[in-house]
Formats: sequence, structure tokens, C-alpha cells
Amino acid sequence: MEHSASVALDPRRPMPGMGVYNMKLGMWVFLLSEVMFFTSLIGAYIILRFANPDAFAEPGVVLNVPLTAANTFILICSSVTMVKAFAAIQQGDQAGLKRWLIATAAIGALFVGVQVYEYIQLAGHGFVPTVDLYTAEGRPLYGATFYTMTGFHGAHVTIGVLCLLFVTWRAFRGKYTAQSHGGVEIIGLYWHFVDLVWIILFTIVYLI
Amino acid sequence: MQPAAAETAVAAPESRPHPNYIGIWAVLFVLTVVEVGVAFLGFSKAFTVFALLLLALWKALLVALYYMHLRYEPGRLRLLALAPFPLAVILVVAVLTEF
Repeated sequence: MEHSASVALDPRRPMPGMGVYNMKLGMWVFLLSEVMFFTSLIGAYIILRFANPDAFAEPGVVLNVPLTAANTFILICSSVTMVKAFAAIQQGDQAGLKRWLIATAAIGALFVGVQVYEYIQLAGHGFVPTVDLYTAEGRPLYGATFYTMTGFHGAHVTIGVLCLLFVTWRAFRGKYTAQSHGGVEIIGLYWHFVDLVWIILFTIVYLI
Repeated sequence: MQPAAAETAVAAPESRPHPNYIGIWAVLFVLTVVEVGVAFLGFSKAFTVFALLLLALWKALLVALYYMHLRYEPGRLRLLALAPFPLAVILVVAVLTEF
């Protein structure tokens, strides 16, 4: 019984049916639940926009597209540094792992910083969640949907940065090796997913 | 000792080929620039929406296949990754029918 219990609790044992270790499978299942979460937000936005076209501004009228396009590129850069960190530890390159992890956390924090700056600028121009200018039947759809979607994504990035700092701290303590670096791969999956969601959000919220 | 050694062996993440990450990054950059261009070049609304969704899907696929290494994962995990999309379509269509 004791042996069975220890086998069941080992998060890194591979699941025979899937062929990947359990920690990674768990992250994938979590990310798939996140797909549904963001689908509900994006789906609601699309439906509300189609039903109330006058309650939403045309691209570039309210939102700062050049700034956000640059911020999109910043997030894409952080995906490269993240995957470089993973490639480095797969080859046992400890210095490379630390360097790329720090770069990823820093670029992620920069993305959040730019988003906060964008919010401050928009709020300064009167575009707040309850903005009166874009309403349908008295409901402020544009502001509410914009801040809900980008806010939840920003929260995901912020949590990702905190997790990256934790992984970086573990990397400096020598916890990852070429043979055992599941933590780096797991946070990498989360980070790339957050990047992927932003690619969709940027297109739907800012460009369409 | 044998079980411990076996656990260590299975604990190591799978090794996989490394695609050209910088090349993919360059493609993502170019696609982002093209997206912004398409959005403001004054094409018809229908074409703009279609092109932008296509470009976004292309970028998302690049990230999922190469940065998340889905291309090199076992087929069953790839199948699992597709699982929420029919549900997502059902969710959106079900809400659309309310209008």
C-alpha cells in the first residue's frame, strides 16, 4: 500500500496513456481550462459587439494601437527568451538558463508596465470601465469589456512574472539540471500560452 | 536502488529537437507588422476581419507548435490540446442563439 501511495503522489511519473510526465499533463489540462475561460470573455465581447456596433469605437480611435503593437512585440520577445532558457538547461547551460530567465521576467514586467501606462493614459482621456461615450441601453459595453479582457490577461502575465521569479530563484540555487528541469518547462508552457492569448486579444480588441 | 533509478529516468523531461526559435520570432514580428498594416490600409471590413483572424491564427499556431513544442509531443497530447475547441464553439454558438 505504501508503495502504491508513493507512486500515485509522484507528480513527475509519466502517465502511460499520454506519454508525458504528470506535472506537464497537469499544466496542459490547466491551460485547456484557461482556453475555455478566455473563450467566454472573447465570445461575450464578439457577441456584444455584433449586437451593439455603435457601442464600440473603430480601431485606433480610442485605443493606442502603435503602443500596443510594440507591447505585443515585447511579449513575443519574452517567449523567445523563455524558450531559450529551456533550450539552455536542456544542454546543461546553467548560466544561460539564469540569463534567459531573468530576461524573460524583466520583459514580462515591462509588458505589464506598458499596460499600466496605457491604462493611465486611457483613464486620463476619460476612457474608464464605466465610460459614458460608448453605451448600449445605458450599459457601458466598450470600457467594461476592454478592461475585463485586458485586465484578466494582465493579471495572468503578472502571475507569470511572479512564477518566473520563483523559478529564477530556484535556478540560482542550482535546482535544475539537464536531466531534471520540469519546472522550467512547466512555467514555459504557461508563459507561451499567455503570449498566445495576447496575440488573439490584440487582434480582436485593438485591430478589428 | 532500482526503483529510484527508474524514477529519476522518467522524471527527466523528454528531449526534443530545437526549431529555429529566432527565425520563428522574426516571422511573428513580420506578421504583427502586417496585421497592423492590414487593419489601417482601408480594405473592406469583411476582408480586414478575415485577414486579421487568419494572421492571428497563424501566429498562435506558430507559438503553440514551436514554442510550446506541441509539434513534437505525442499524438494523444496534441489531441487533448484540441479538446476545448469544440466546446468553445458550442459555448459561443449557444450564446449567439440568444440574439
